[in-house]
Amino acid sequence: MNRSVTHPTILTTAALGVDRVLDTVGLYCPIPIVRTGEAIRGMERGQRLEILSDDRVILIDLPAWCRAHGHEYEGASEEEGVWRLRVRKAGRGTA
Amino acid sequence: MSGAIAPPGRRIKGIGLISGGLDSTLAARVLLEQGIDVVGLHFSTGFCMNDHRRALARPDEDPKRMRNEGLRAGADLGIPIEVLDAGEAYLRMVLKPRHGYGRFANPCIDCRIFMIHGAADYMREHGGDFVFTGEVLGQRPMSQHMQSLKLIEKECGIEGFLLRPLSAQHLPETEVERRGWVDRGGLLGISGRSRKEQMALSERWNLSDFPQPSGGCCFLADENFARRFHDKRTHADPTSIRKEEMILLKVGRHFRLAPGVKIIVARDASENEFLSRYEAEGWRFEALDCGSPITIVEGDPDEEMRRLIASITARYSDRRGQPLVEVAARHQGREERLTVPPVADAALEAWRL
Repeated sequence: MNRSVTHPTILTTAALGVDRVLDTVGLYCPIPIVRTGEAIRGMERGQRLEILSDDRVILIDLPAWCRAHGHEYEGASEEEGVWRLRVRKAGRGTA
Repeated sequence: MSGAIAPPGRRIKGIGLISGGLDSTLAARVLLEQGIDVVGLHFSTGFCMNDHRRALARPDEDPKRMRNEGLRAGADLGIPIEVLDAGEAYLRMVLKPRHGYGRFANPCIDCRIFMIHGAADYMREHGGDFVFTGEVLGQRPMSQHMQSLKLIEKECGIEGFLLRPLSAQHLPETEVERRGWVDRGGLLGISGRSRKEQMALSERWNLSDFPQPSGGCCFLADENFARRFHDKRTHADPTSIRKEEMILLKVGRHFRLAPGVKIIVARDASENEFLSRYEAEGWRFEALDCGSPITIVEGDPDEEMRRLIASITARYSDRRGQPLVEVAARHQGREERLTVPPVADAALEAWRL
């Protein structure tokens, strides 16, 4: 049994001005946050991550997660029920 | 804050289990007072009532009840919070706990062991000097009396390196205290179910935004969920039960119509939306041309059973007052239509879980 999902058109990271795109469409929070932590751990400070999610709860969780870790939350935009959220890695050295 | 120092001159780091409740928040705060670096771990188990409420995302929900309390606590305390997926291993533990269940479906001792093990693994992989929890001696009947606290520590394989800052004064001195990494004098001596001391500390440290501690937040400790959970274990091979089946135990009204057939009837639009997001393999029922719950079926109902399921679906539709209701039954791309009377309420109780 899987959640039915509709993905938006995924652009390349260069076209989006980010270093990595993480697709969590179909996953309920906090699992997108788990995946965000895993993704950002492998990135360099100053790099940007874009997260795709169709769970609007991420609009609450991601800014809180960024505050806790010291990363910079750069905002979100929505297209056909899928949010694109951006994080710039700064952090205190864990994720 | 001076900053606790471990040889050879680096700062001490504690890895804590942070649910976001008052006790785990205070435990972290006690250590921060001593200048210890703290990293919080917040496990996503799949059985958290708050996460389920968030997944349903009802439009009238209080925004405060939509947040992840672990992340909120981390942001308030200024500590990083790692959210970890407890995943398949946690489900297997829940279905066959070595230390058994509490009053309902709560395997509290095994759950603590699972999470503290996870914290110890995290500590080995990412660095850290000890693990801490917000456990309070005597607060919970199954997992927080002296014997179980000792058992949990022993089974986790980190004897001497597991600190319970809120009850430390009642517990044997740990290696962490003996080595001077943590000042035992700055730890607390709280015990029992009264939360007076915790409330006083929350005022002192201006920690007012925590969730109210009165209600449980774990489905496994909920009587209604436990009834469905144990029914599931009875009617399926526990080793083959999937996480998705557990998720469905949280939603809707459940009726077991036969040993091999169970149905789930959504209770409102949010649950309809929740169920419609899944691609279930089995039959789905829905009354036509009216407000209707989605009914999903586990098992393979015969024709007579499908008529019964249609009647139950009709009973919870907006046309329940009418003598006959048309219901669509869909399965693997085909649809059959059944015109049935809504079932009588009295008949339902024999099947309800």
